[in-house]
Amino acid sequence: MATDISKLGLKASWRDLTEGMVIAGAGTSREFNTGEWSTSKPLFIEDKCKQCLLCVPVCPDSSIPVADMKRGEFDYEHCKGCGICVKACPFGAITMEGVE
Amino acid sequence: MAKRDRLSGNEAVAIALRQINPDVFPAFPITPSTEIPQYFASFAANGQVDTEFIPVESEHSSMSAAIGASAAGARSLTATSSCGLAYMWEELYIAASNRLPLALALVNRALSGPININCDHSDSMGARDAGWIQIYAENNQEAYDNMVQAFRISEHKDVRLPIMICQDGFITSHAVENMELLEDEDVRKFVGEYEPENYLLNPECPMAAGPYSVTDYYMEAKRNQAEGMRHAEKAVLDVAAEFKALSGREYGLFESYRMEDADRAVVMIGSAAGTAKDAIDRLRERGEKAGLIKIRLFRPFPAEAIAEALKNVKAIAVMDRAEGYTNHGGPLGADVMAALFRAKSPAHAINIVYGLGGRDVRVGDIENVFEDLNQIIKDGDAGETYRYMGIRE
Repeated sequence: MATDISKLGLKASWRDLTEGMVIAGAGTSREFNTGEWSTSKPLFIEDKCKQCLLCVPVCPDSSIPVADMKRGEFDYEHCKGCGICVKACPFGAITMEGVE
Repeated sequence: MAKRDRLSGNEAVAIALRQINPDVFPAFPITPSTEIPQYFASFAANGQVDTEFIPVESEHSSMSAAIGASAAGARSLTATSSCGLAYMWEELYIAASNRLPLALALVNRALSGPININCDHSDSMGARDAGWIQIYAENNQEAYDNMVQAFRISEHKDVRLPIMICQDGFITSHAVENMELLEDEDVRKFVGEYEPENYLLNPECPMAAGPYSVTDYYMEAKRNQAEGMRHAEKAVLDVAAEFKALSGREYGLFESYRMEDADRAVVMIGSAAGTAKDAIDRLRERGEKAGLIKIRLFRPFPAEAIAEALKNVKAIAVMDRAEGYTNHGGPLGADVMAALFRAKSPAHAINIVYGLGGRDVRVGDIENVFEDLNQIIKDGDAGETYRYMGIRE
């Protein structure tokens, strides 16, 4: 039986954890929402973005989705707010702001 | 049909394991448990079992291999004693926290130092908080019977925890006793097939075992683990009831011996309970109301049931075959006294450290304990509650 990863958020009760913390099933990192670990998050300012895509490969997760050679809005379900993309952007198109 | 035989405790446990026919048995020798893997290696070499027997280079490795095999989906176990158990320290917690229902045939021996190969319970008592179920035997028959019941308890779907089946080094492991063995086929049917829900070698559902838990999850993970332990008492009793139907032999969480009207009781673990029974029989012949609580299940600790069994007793001696270096007694003493306190027991209780490093326990020694309890009742005061039995002053 595959583990229901979506239940394993930070508010999960001990009853929702699997026995022995076993993760049954492959490729579960997509379903595991780690974005809630962050204490700040990047803000994408689309007007300033030149679509150079320098921010995409420096993201340690996969939180900057690319479609048709263009980056889109951040995937906040997985972004941990490290801010590396802010440093990588030559155009000031990404800033950091606090999260609740 | 059961058959009678005369066997040492180690041989009896090895035969139980042959009958169980586990999947994987990694082992490293250490006195006095060495004979268990030694006998079993013969069974494997003779083709009497299908088990993968793995001679490894240390106990750190034997427990690690047993854990790996169990996570892979195999029914696995190992055996050890004393410093061997100490060398498994880290892995014991891994097995329990990963909820792996493997078994350990433990032959109790003193921990060094001073270095000593004889019986006491300091090895398994040191592992009492590791999250393993611990079951102890008084004699060879019990060691065999407990081993037959082990996997049914540990693999129970509400429990899924590793289990330590303990017996006293040399006193039962090497002494030969008359006993009854079950038929191979009956044991095999009783134990059944191991069918884990998730396992590493399942191609239908790949699995990650032992993932890192950040602070946000660790406490919930430990509470989740404790839930398995909370179900262990019931599983022990359910399996014991089925075992009684098969063998005619009755087991519980502990044994109450001549406790019906007892005003004084000894609480103890292991082979010395047999000696205590002889002492109690003698005292009863003299009209003295002496009784015994012999612990079978030590982890989890059946505190409420033990306090209930002791509710009419005026004075209690809790006997520890291990030092705790708390300056007020050993581990069994701490658990029993906590149980009595919570049950608001009015009884006087003392804790006696005895039998360390294989020191003999004689019938007269236990008679003296009951005499001390008599004096405590007369005085209306327990006096020194942390005592040594038979120590040369």
